[in-house]
Amino acid sequence: MTAPLLAISGLTKAYPGVVANDSVSLDIAGGEVHALLGENGAGKSTLVKMIYGLVKPDSGTMTLHGAPFVPGEPRAARAAGVAMVFQHFSLFDALSVAENIALGMESPPPLRDLSRRIRDVSETYGLPLDPHRIVGDLSAGERQRVEILRCLLQNPRLLIMDEPTSVLTPQEVAILFQTLRKLAAEGVSILYISHKLEEIRTLCDRATILRQGRNVATCNPRETTAREMAEMMVGTTLDVTARPARAPGATALDITGLSLASPNRFGTALKNLHFTLAEGEILGIGGVAGNGQDELLAALSGELRSAPGAIRLKGRPVGALGPAARRRLGLLTAPEERLGHAAAPDMSLTENALMTGAEREGLMARGFISWAAAQDFAARIISRFDVRTPGPDTAARALSGGNLQKFVIGREVLQRPEVLIVNQPTWGVDAAAAVAIRQALLDLAADGAAILCISQDLDELMEIADRFGALNEGRLSDIRPTHALSLQEIGLMMGGAHGMEVAHA
Amino acid sequence: MGDGGSAPLHRHEGAPMRVRLEKRPQPSRRWLYLSPLLAVLVTMLAGGALFAALGKNPVEAIATIFWEPLFGEFAFYYRPQLLVKGAPLVLIAIGLSLGFRAGVWNIGAEGQYIIGALAGAGVGLAFYPLDAWFVFPLMVIAGAIGGLAWGMIPGLLRVRFGTNEILVSLMLVYVAEKLLAAMALGPMKNPEGMGFPGSRNLQQYPSAHNADLIADTGMHWGAVAALIAVIFAYILLGRHVLGYHIRLTGQAPRAARFAGVDPARLVLFCLGVSGALAGLAGMFEVSGPAGQVSIDFNVGYGFTAIIVAFLGRLHPFGIALAGLLMALTYIGGEIAQSNLGLPAAAIQMFQGMLLFFLLAVDLLTNYRLRLLPRPETA
Repeated sequence: MTAPLLAISGLTKAYPGVVANDSVSLDIAGGEVHALLGENGAGKSTLVKMIYGLVKPDSGTMTLHGAPFVPGEPRAARAAGVAMVFQHFSLFDALSVAENIALGMESPPPLRDLSRRIRDVSETYGLPLDPHRIVGDLSAGERQRVEILRCLLQNPRLLIMDEPTSVLTPQEVAILFQTLRKLAAEGVSILYISHKLEEIRTLCDRATILRQGRNVATCNPRETTAREMAEMMVGTTLDVTARPARAPGATALDITGLSLASPNRFGTALKNLHFTLAEGEILGIGGVAGNGQDELLAALSGELRSAPGAIRLKGRPVGALGPAARRRLGLLTAPEERLGHAAAPDMSLTENALMTGAEREGLMARGFISWAAAQDFAARIISRFDVRTPGPDTAARALSGGNLQKFVIGREVLQRPEVLIVNQPTWGVDAAAAVAIRQALLDLAADGAAILCISQDLDELMEIADRFGALNEGRLSDIRPTHALSLQEIGLMMGGAHGMEVAHA
Repeated sequence: MGDGGSAPLHRHEGAPMRVRLEKRPQPSRRWLYLSPLLAVLVTMLAGGALFAALGKNPVEAIATIFWEPLFGEFAFYYRPQLLVKGAPLVLIAIGLSLGFRAGVWNIGAEGQYIIGALAGAGVGLAFYPLDAWFVFPLMVIAGAIGGLAWGMIPGLLRVRFGTNEILVSLMLVYVAEKLLAAMALGPMKNPEGMGFPGSRNLQQYPSAHNADLIADTGMHWGAVAALIAVIFAYILLGRHVLGYHIRLTGQAPRAARFAGVDPARLVLFCLGVSGALAGLAGMFEVSGPAGQVSIDFNVGYGFTAIIVAFLGRLHPFGIALAGLLMALTYIGGEIAQSNLGLPAAAIQMFQGMLLFFLLAVDLLTNYRLRLLPRPETA
């Protein structure tokens, strides 16, 4: 290997109460695809922000091309050849691709020249994109291409990508990876942040693993199993018990012709959904975000009402019932958004336990709340689901994402649902907590509950779901057994790559 | 930053320290209780500066407002006034606080107060001069219903058509004021009043008079109702699921819908209850301290109660204390006007400052100020 492009040595950054990076060292060679792995809170973002000049290190040094590298702000980092594609896009919907890119430039060339350059670069790297299209009409994958092109126009030496595949279909991921490999072959180094281990194994040359702010290991991901990497991230061994094959039970939930307009102007209407959910079964619903997942959850939880017969719980029409009535009948839900939807941020865990558990757990009598019983229920959730918190009096917003998610899922699971609907149960949750949550869902199904798991994490659905269907623009694909599905088929069910597969022909 | 009293915190560029606001992981309980006290203190300082700028002795002015009514020479007269003025404020503020907690903004309590008074007085005047025990209870019921009906107008409009209850309730205040004037000059005018505007004086109609329960204490039925309202609100918010739903809706509306709260019913409940309580306050006032329906019957209790509700942290006991404090500034302000010649506007500004500083100091409940060394520039 040649001399490193970027060498980081002993980088430390402390925030009040937490050392985000504790003497982190790593180096990235020219043309290398280097993975940065770690749980949430392991310090990946802080490290990357220091490289990109958004955060100043307390101590430690960085050298770029052998010269000291002390970026005071992102502009300095960009001038030195460091570019970054963020997880959340910063694009203006109402402007065209070229206009958006021009806005991010120090001294943009005339729009006509810029358009030509955009077209050149996009063709060179297999990222098809029409510079005149309005960003608001683009898919998530295409928007990401705008961000990548914006970086490539700066001729970067180091490209940092933060969780780039979370919004992409498998086909779009494949296109992205070809582009990244091509860039690497030309000598551009790529720092790739993800916690999708299989991706890292296909794409990256080396991986640096962070845990609690320290780099604990460096490995060659091609020679390391995903499980070994996960264990390095978490620091313990992980185990999900394999699920025994079962005969499907009686139908618990029957959805027939469910159509529903979205209450949100930019939402997605549900279009004539049909499916059934059997006792003891986990049905996985995949799809790129914004294809009707939130609306489906709301329709099932009772926040949106539909025709009574469109949703039947054990044969009983419940489509017109509200959330409390459905809960009484055993249909429980856990929405994706933890703060503000599944939980009230400023309320204590006791009050949040009461939120959905009041009736089923007998936490009130004739409208009067028994705070002792509610606190007891909260304490049970905390201990059964290993929620790390000082106690039930803590405000929900004081918990980390993973711990609050364990609380939210635990709250529903402990109420012994007949049918449980979860949306993104492990979104933004660290690996250990994700394993615990998935195990809880598997155990619940083993006890005979019917579970509908809406998720954008395909690995998760392949791991726990018996059958799989995908939402695409509010329509549901055919539902098929997971064990017989290939990644290619799943991608097509999710709506393919929006007609962009030809790009690399 | 929001703290007007601590200027030294702001240093110039290059100074070794800087101030940063840091969000607390959870609201500070200590500051929840301390910030109203700090707000009162800062108001005294800023108010004192205001009075000094008007050429008055600030210490004397502040002392007149806060000390004179309680312990001055004529305290025997002013102390009962504390209940007379505090009771309607507390009664209205309790109702408003339920809505404010749920994110339902009834700004029109003044109008509901007027309509409650008109309905209550209307029933009383209709029975005049019948001497019967049931007249006063009927007036109480009519007053509550009047306020409730007036409060339900913005409620129903919001639920049905999605109108903004802030604007509708506020505009209905002016409608109510016109109605009051029309009533005082028309149907309710005292037939024996020799053409003067205003109704018969209910103080002279024993069956309808809301007299002091113990003479010269200011302890009339309105004060009793305020006390009951405080206790009921405390139980509702602390122990009843409806109170829990009110708080949940205010803090996280989406979570409340997920929990199964019907937002429309909650809006109607909050506007209905706050309207009814404001109506009761108006009815107790017109049949007691005011005595008659007159053009200038309403003096702004409905608006001041908004300050009282927030000053009391939307907590029933806090509101009881804040109501008494506000009554004190009313009474003390009047004394300061007559004794020291302070303009009425200065007193109103003083009361407004209280809310202003409370909202500013409130920042400390959710944020903490941190003194940090300036980062070395690279």
